[in-house]
Amino acid sequence: MVQASLFKFIIGKSIRIISLLAALCLLSFVLVSHSPVDPVQAYVGADMAKVSPEQRAKIAEHWGLDKSPAERFVLWGKSLLQGDMGTSMIYRAPVTDVIKERFQASLALMGIAWALSGILGFLMGIAAAMLRGSWLDKLIKWYCLTLASTPTFWLGLLLLIIFSVWLGWFPVGMGVPAGVLKENVTLANRINHIILPALTLSIIGVANIALHTRQKLIDVLESDYILFARAKGEAGLKLLWRHGLRNIALPAITLQFASLSELFGGSVLAEQVFSYPGLGQATVQAGLRGDLPLLLGLVLFSAIFVFTGNLIADIIYKLVDPRIKEGNAI
Amino acid sequence: MSEISAVTRDSRNSKFFKFIPGLNRRQRTLLMIASSVLVLAAVIMASLLLDNEKIATHFDEKNLGPSLEHFFGTDWLGRDMFTRTVKGLSLSIYIGLIASAVSVVIALVLGMSAATMGKTVDRVITWIVDLFLGMPHLVALILIAFTLGGGAKGVIIGVAFTHWTSLTRVIRAEVLQLRSAEFVQISRHMGKSRWWTAFHHILPHLVPQFFVGFVLLFPHAILHEASITFLGFGLSPHKPAIGVILSEAMKYLSTGMWWLAFFPGLSLLIIVRAFDIIGENLRLLIDPHHAHD
Amino acid sequence: MLKVNNLSISFIQYQAGLKQRNLQVISNLSIKIDAGEILAVVGSSGSGKSLLAHAILGILPKNAMVSGSMLYKGAELTPEIQKKLRGADITLIPQSVNFLDPLMKIGEQVRCSAGSGNPREKQKSIFRRYSLDEKAENQYPFQLSGGMARRALVASAVVGGARLIIADEPTPGLHPQIVRETLGHLRELADDGCAVMLITHDIGTALSVADNIAVFYSGTTVEIAPTADFKGSGEALRHPYTRALWNALPQNEFQPVEGFQPSHSGHLKEGCLFEPRCSQSSQECKCSTPEIREIRKGKVRCHNAT
Repeated sequence: MVQASLFKFIIGKSIRIISLLAALCLLSFVLVSHSPVDPVQAYVGADMAKVSPEQRAKIAEHWGLDKSPAERFVLWGKSLLQGDMGTSMIYRAPVTDVIKERFQASLALMGIAWALSGILGFLMGIAAAMLRGSWLDKLIKWYCLTLASTPTFWLGLLLLIIFSVWLGWFPVGMGVPAGVLKENVTLANRINHIILPALTLSIIGVANIALHTRQKLIDVLESDYILFARAKGEAGLKLLWRHGLRNIALPAITLQFASLSELFGGSVLAEQVFSYPGLGQATVQAGLRGDLPLLLGLVLFSAIFVFTGNLIADIIYKLVDPRIKEGNAI
Repeated sequence: MSEISAVTRDSRNSKFFKFIPGLNRRQRTLLMIASSVLVLAAVIMASLLLDNEKIATHFDEKNLGPSLEHFFGTDWLGRDMFTRTVKGLSLSIYIGLIASAVSVVIALVLGMSAATMGKTVDRVITWIVDLFLGMPHLVALILIAFTLGGGAKGVIIGVAFTHWTSLTRVIRAEVLQLRSAEFVQISRHMGKSRWWTAFHHILPHLVPQFFVGFVLLFPHAILHEASITFLGFGLSPHKPAIGVILSEAMKYLSTGMWWLAFFPGLSLLIIVRAFDIIGENLRLLIDPHHAHD
Repeated sequence: MLKVNNLSISFIQYQAGLKQRNLQVISNLSIKIDAGEILAVVGSSGSGKSLLAHAILGILPKNAMVSGSMLYKGAELTPEIQKKLRGADITLIPQSVNFLDPLMKIGEQVRCSAGSGNPREKQKSIFRRYSLDEKAENQYPFQLSGGMARRALVASAVVGGARLIIADEPTPGLHPQIVRETLGHLRELADDGCAVMLITHDIGTALSVADNIAVFYSGTTVEIAPTADFKGSGEALRHPYTRALWNALPQNEFQPVEGFQPSHSGHLKEGCLFEPRCSQSSQECKCSTPEIREIRKGKVRCHNAT
């Protein structure tokens, strides 16, 4: 029964997500094809002057730019359904390959930041709520509210100034040292380059989860069942462990999964500041240089990324919360 | 018990002014709002008063650190960073104003329609909200800015058309709740028309929510404007914008000119925080029981 | 076993616009309960009776201000002592199933409250005592029937072996059979030598089980009377409000009490709080607050009582 209802739920959600993705494809295609940015120039790059009108026309034909937008959309949509997102103009490689490679780099970065900010934020929220009104609570709240107003890229710049320029502990940019072949990049190299951007994203990322957990725990601590537990002599950390965590962990995990959208946005900025070769940097490049297939692919991919996070959050709720899980079973 | 705890829940906000004895919470909250408004007004005034001559090129004064003459130092062209920052901030506030205004109007129209015009409309609007929430904000901004070929227009339209979603949800929920409230039901039963009820009973309750929502959109709008400009999709490099200043500063980081990035970013943070403080404290004044503390 | 003298509780409240005001919820309340006795505290809903329970247990919100004295077995109830006594000596039977942790299985919740000794054995024996299925051990609160949940509440409250039991509105809107069962549990506990304080808005419920009735009006007790005094048309009762409550019962004259109870907003007025609704009010009632005094084995707060 549980499985059947969960299955039904996932199917329903998936249909909704697919409808949203389809609409997103159309919307972003329409937007992109109205841009004044010339895709041919994107392909040719800086030496536009050296290209004759005939060559231009040839390039346009090659990319199908001579066709009407509607025709192009149908063509694009058809190949999209076959898993082909086209070819990136600036990287001269299939969009799927570019995204795959970039996503691996971004996944490491976002994964670290996601886990770190989740755990730290959760603990900070608990500490603040347990010691509500104390100086620690005020400090945590002040920190979170201030960080929520801090531009991610500025924080990244500050970290760069302090750790790379002044202290010289980390390189100023690039995911791997320049001039080193891909095969020779060591794990240490990678770690060295990922620390600062991951730190930037984590420092900002704790704010949301900490404030949310704090509020949730305060609500729980004011709830009837905590009152009853206290009336029966439970107190302190034991009370928190028995009744508190159980009731705040689930919302916190859900929130963390649902916040992938902000994480992605943050990583775009962090990657730009630290020249980290991930999805975010590719998005910026695709936008700035008019790489239409790549930009469309990335918009679509980021949406899938966000929807997946939301879907996981929903499924966790269904699977873990006994009120929903066993409620269905009866 | 619950009714007591709800009433007496001590929302310990605006503790900033606690060190001034003899102020109660109401006065502290009002003081927080007033001082934040003052900061914002000062920035706008200063940007009008400061001479454009200061951000012209002065090669004899280039690369100077912060001093009494140049609070925020000067850049490699000898431009006064303080003047650039202040002008950039006021530009940010203007853009935030336009973008937030458009956003709240969209949110009001869609939120009200979703809650009052029947199931189908509600479904469609919820679906559109989901659609816009599907893309990360920044990606959506890049896409819109790209479509419009960058510039101030791209930024304003981009920010305005990506920030209405959460407020739409709030307004929709609020209207749905009001609609089922007793006094609205009674008004309908007494034969008042739908529009009369909406105008006389629902709208007045929405106005405070709406206003707080408007103020609280500013921080997001300003931060996103700066971000998108920083990435190179927004305001043109000739404009004194914080995003432009910071992206230029990035090129000069390794020279050790830390003030190029430090002060403008910090000022942006303060402005964003000021809007946040105004919004949160207004909410506290309007609805002390439900505001987060 | 428990003696409360001149207890007052107040709060600071914020209204729209953050205007501050002081909220006096309980003023000069005095009661006393002995072992083996059930004292019912009767007052209308929302009059702050629950806060009396929370004050005795020491679980009031932090912003509450408390004055007066509370003695348990002759010793002053300080916050430290309250902390030690909660669960082990004093416990609470709350009013609804919402007081059970929604995400914890019943058996575990009962074991959490078992205090010293072997929790599992204690839980098994209390389950038997309140005829709870073994199946309930592994169920969540939302899966229990109303009667079961009620028994689980009582079980988890008394499993620690408390001697003073405060039942806060334990029977609101329940099926008559469950009401009878719950009240039966309270009687059993009292007969075992516990002191039971039953807080309720329903004078009928109170009369069916309590030994003494304390009538609560606008944050204080206006009368404490033996249950036996509630008879006829209330001649034996001492306070006009008590008499009016008694006569308002359907099986009596079914006469509603006129007027409203003053809410505990701002400053309470001078004089007797019941004066505006009282048919026997005099000039004295208007200006001076009556002290509580002993009349015919009961206590009353009225200038005119004889």
